[in-house]
Amino acid sequence: MPVTVVLPAALHPRAGGRTTLEVDIPAPTTLNDILDVIAARYPDLSRRIRDETGALRRHVNFFIDGEESRRLGGGDAPITPDTRIELIPSVAGG
Amino acid sequence: MDTSNTQQVLVAIGTRKGLFLATGSGVDWEVTGPHHAMTDVYAVAIDTRRATPRLLVGITSEHWGPSVAVSDDLGRTWTEPDHAPVAFPTDTGAALARVWQLAPGPVDEPDVVYAGVEPSALFRSEDGGLTYEFVRGLWDHPHREHWMPGFGGQAVHSVLPHPREAGRVTVAMSTGGVYVTEDGGRSFGASNQGISAYFMPDPYPEFGQCVHKIAQHPDRPERFFAQNHHGVYRSDDGARTWQSIADGLPSDFGFPMVVHPHKPDTIYTFPLVADAMRFPPDGRCRVYRSDDAGATWRALTEGLPSEGYWSAVMRDALCVDNAQTAGVYFGTRCGEVYASRDEGEHWTRVAAHLPDVFSVRAAVI
Repeated sequence: MPVTVVLPAALHPRAGGRTTLEVDIPAPTTLNDILDVIAARYPDLSRRIRDETGALRRHVNFFIDGEESRRLGGGDAPITPDTRIELIPSVAGG
Repeated sequence: MDTSNTQQVLVAIGTRKGLFLATGSGVDWEVTGPHHAMTDVYAVAIDTRRATPRLLVGITSEHWGPSVAVSDDLGRTWTEPDHAPVAFPTDTGAALARVWQLAPGPVDEPDVVYAGVEPSALFRSEDGGLTYEFVRGLWDHPHREHWMPGFGGQAVHSVLPHPREAGRVTVAMSTGGVYVTEDGGRSFGASNQGISAYFMPDPYPEFGQCVHKIAQHPDRPERFFAQNHHGVYRSDDGARTWQSIADGLPSDFGFPMVVHPHKPDTIYTFPLVADAMRFPPDGRCRVYRSDDAGATWRALTEGLPSEGYWSAVMRDALCVDNAQTAGVYFGTRCGEVYASRDEGEHWTRVAAHLPDVFSVRAAVI
């Protein structure tokens, strides 16, 4: 079963209007691997969520089945088939 | 107000929360925006080397990171490349924090645009500012590990391509100071002799100065002007040595430094009291102009608030246009923008109640 990535509205135009993306994975992998697949498809989306070093952008949260990825290892957080990843911009700014 | 200068001008105003565009001839201004809402716009350029000027903006979203967008229809539509237009090479281990400066190159290189960025580095575009290549010579400079961030970050904020000598570019950063390349960016040399760094053990070091802004006139490119973190300077030898021109100003602290578009001896700045008192002296909103390369200064006040004004002008928020009778423009941290269409003699307010203004550029359209 594919991994489902749910995008916030601000990023829909960066993914051709899609609200969710699906990534097939044959075996357990990491969040970074999923984001690498997305980067190959949608580079304009990718650069909004990770910088050029591959670091997750500070004010974007990646919830993995409801748990924020930084509590699970950040980009190295384990991902298994059927996982749901929700990208939600954090509360920031003034 | 002198209304004889009736050429239409576009004023691009970069703020903490987006870009605003003002169009007018000096009395009534039409303001649109915010464009790129909720991004901070540190860098704005209007590239007048094209039949229709190209607008370039360095935008940074707190959520989605930094980028550069361009418009070829005066701001009606914008384009950005899919891949990051400015990005550090993998081997540097660095990530772009913000574009601080977008500087069109010389007239005979119409597609060259430079970007000065945070962390301190230089990038060069050969496609009119759509995509940029890393200038490695500055990054590899042995001084780099000693450069320190100022209050606003560690960035290359001034980029001055020589108008005639290809490969000669002068940059300035805070902190670090002035550096010059004469070989197209392969190597850079520090160029700060005479500029004070009072906050260092050696007050006149080879490098490490907190230069806030440098300016150069294309008709007299061996001459530079600098507004320093305390200190106002001129160089007559290609930035090799610097002499103080602060006498006659109410303070030697401030951020911007601008040269008149047609008069190489005429310069503008906006003094603040001091490092620890970043207010206009006496709470009076005053631009200062020198018509003799810094030997004497005169306050320009007609039309500007004469009391109770406590807002600062940042390093890129004072500019001139390219009109025959030059226009002068500035924006403040309280979200006001003022314009003079007669070289600073008379001022009118272009806009108010904007977010705090970081950058202003203007050009005849």
